[in-house]
Amino acid sequence: MSGFAKAPDAAAVEMSGVNKWFGAFHVLRDIDLQVARKERIVICGPSGSGKSTLIRCINRLEDHQSGRIVVDGVELTSDLRSIDAVRADVGMVFQQFNLFPHLTVMENCTLAQIWVRGRPKAEAEAVAMRLLERVRIPEQADKYPAQLSGGQQQRVAIARALCMNPKIMLFDEPTSALDPEMIKEVLDTIRSLAEDGMTMLIVTHEMGFARQVADRIIFMDEGQIVEANRPEEFFNNPRHERTKQFLSQILP
Amino acid sequence: MSAAFVRAETLPPQPAPFATGGLGGWFARRLLATPGDVAMTIVGFAAFVLIVVPLLRFLVLDAVWSGESRDDCIKASGACWPFVAAKFNQFVYGFYPYDELWRPNLVFALGLLLLVPLMIPAAPFKRLNAILFFGVYPIVGFVLLTGGNLDFQRFFIGRFVRISDYVDVGNWRGFRGSFWLDFAATAVVLTAAIAIVARMFRTRFVTSLKAMLVVFGALALLLAPADADFGLRWVESREWGGLLVTLVVAITGIVASLPIGIALALGRRSNMRLVRWVSIAFIEFWRGVPLITVLFFATYMLPLFLPGGASIERLVRALIGVALFAGAYMAEVVRGGLQAIPKHQYESAAALGLGYWRTMGLVVLPQALTSVIPGIVNNFIGLFKDTTLVQIVAILDLLGQIRAAFADPNWAAPTTLYTGFAFAGGIYFIFCFAMSRYALFLERRAGAGALRIEGAMR
Repeated sequence: MSGFAKAPDAAAVEMSGVNKWFGAFHVLRDIDLQVARKERIVICGPSGSGKSTLIRCINRLEDHQSGRIVVDGVELTSDLRSIDAVRADVGMVFQQFNLFPHLTVMENCTLAQIWVRGRPKAEAEAVAMRLLERVRIPEQADKYPAQLSGGQQQRVAIARALCMNPKIMLFDEPTSALDPEMIKEVLDTIRSLAEDGMTMLIVTHEMGFARQVADRIIFMDEGQIVEANRPEEFFNNPRHERTKQFLSQILP
Repeated sequence: MSAAFVRAETLPPQPAPFATGGLGGWFARRLLATPGDVAMTIVGFAAFVLIVVPLLRFLVLDAVWSGESRDDCIKASGACWPFVAAKFNQFVYGFYPYDELWRPNLVFALGLLLLVPLMIPAAPFKRLNAILFFGVYPIVGFVLLTGGNLDFQRFFIGRFVRISDYVDVGNWRGFRGSFWLDFAATAVVLTAAIAIVARMFRTRFVTSLKAMLVVFGALALLLAPADADFGLRWVESREWGGLLVTLVVAITGIVASLPIGIALALGRRSNMRLVRWVSIAFIEFWRGVPLITVLFFATYMLPLFLPGGASIERLVRALIGVALFAGAYMAEVVRGGLQAIPKHQYESAAALGLGYWRTMGLVVLPQALTSVIPGIVNNFIGLFKDTTLVQIVAILDLLGQIRAAFADPNWAAPTTLYTGFAFAGGIYFIFCFAMSRYALFLERRAGAGALRIEGAMR
């Protein structure tokens, strides 16, 4: 799609020495993170620790002030074309679903396919239908987002992102705004994606889910990566004091 | 006895209790419940009698319905309707030549034919219909009303070189060869120049060629019909008047104000400082001066500033003034709508790779404009009535034409004046009320939309 040269075996995401400030507040401090292809990473940590900001930097919803972020071989700079190239290949799911309320579920799913990918409408609808079936709500295609439950809306949001054939998926607390009864259906959807080998970065507080799905768990506090480890090590044998404290509060 | 409770069956829903009914009950409850209510009912009833009864007497009961001249109306205390009937053509067309009245009539008919299906949501061919109404109809209307055949002399190069000295390409059906040669040459030169410059900024050659082709193609499509000779007599805008002028000014203003307003509103919220400042300056300038000043300036002072010989038609000057003025007001209404769109909508559009224009056009504006329909229509209605200010620059719109008719000694009767104003008020009311009702219909239709938006923002 883009004219940017890509190293064939480049990591999916590569962050080195990334720093970011909101005004005087130092949100991200010297972040170094390599995400391999097909790797599934769960990011957790107390609120305000910079988890969301971290993944929002990957598709440049936030810009970083120093350091390097390379996504699928394309470095993120202020060059608008590099941003568009990255965004088209990185899907994102938000805490608040963020569906377009004036469009039907089907239109939500086909909009970017038609206008960004340039697919003909019929093809875009076929792709959308396939993915709506995958998230198990094809029957809702002609409804508007407000007519759906939170869990259904979030599944549409996942389908909408998948319609663009992303290479990487970012999930920003995908279940935090959901009623308890609906969390499972969304997590199941994400889990099935994980089983298909999608590269994913997930910010979540669902520790049971993290344990099952993640290849690696990253714990953040005060804008830094405090600890990163395989799930069983992370939960059974946390090393950093702050991690232990966090886990003791969050786990029963 | 046990403390646990388990519901065995779901309770059936019951109908709501009936309110105490009857007409007498309604009166007692709604109008005469408290001493305050009684007082207000009396005041309201008195106001109704004081206003409606004299109005009815003037407009209907005491009115004169037929007659030839002032003699029939001179003794009446009611409206002098024969005056309106006698002057009706003047009120509608001004002094448009009688033999050519089919032209404005055709313009009215075409407008209605295109507008009505455009306003009915279920009508098919919306896109074609919109192109016809917003793209083709103004040109057709212009040619029909003025007669077209503008006989363009020079485009751009011709301002520096007398092309006809070098080549003689003759004329054909009102097209002057030297003008269109000039146009083609300018198009080629400018396209090449821009394509070369754009190449330096890494824009592909074909892209800029296409863009310029579109620009000049559109310009040619705009100019050609106005230049062609359709054998229609030229009717100067000085001869137009009445409702025709009111509608031309109002519709031009309404149709132009929305795109101008959207552009300014987006500009005002732009991240680019220069764009933002220019938009703010523009909006504040036009909002800061009265429309009368704008019209005065456009009519009497603008010609002084234009280079010698260049002149823009009088009505066109007024139209431009009205459009820019209305656009600045519209910009603030649209901006209100834009501000109501939550940030996460921009973010999710950005995350899908939709760029600025697609985010605005496909995601933000459809929601923003729907939410400010009442404000937009409010502006339209205000504009429709403000058009009557063109009288100040000697353009006779509906009201101007009616006032001009008062001077006719043949109809000088005591009630002529009131009759004319009542008629004008009635016409304005019909148009404005229609707009208001249509807006209400649109809002109701989008009402589900409002609910949708709330739902998605939970």
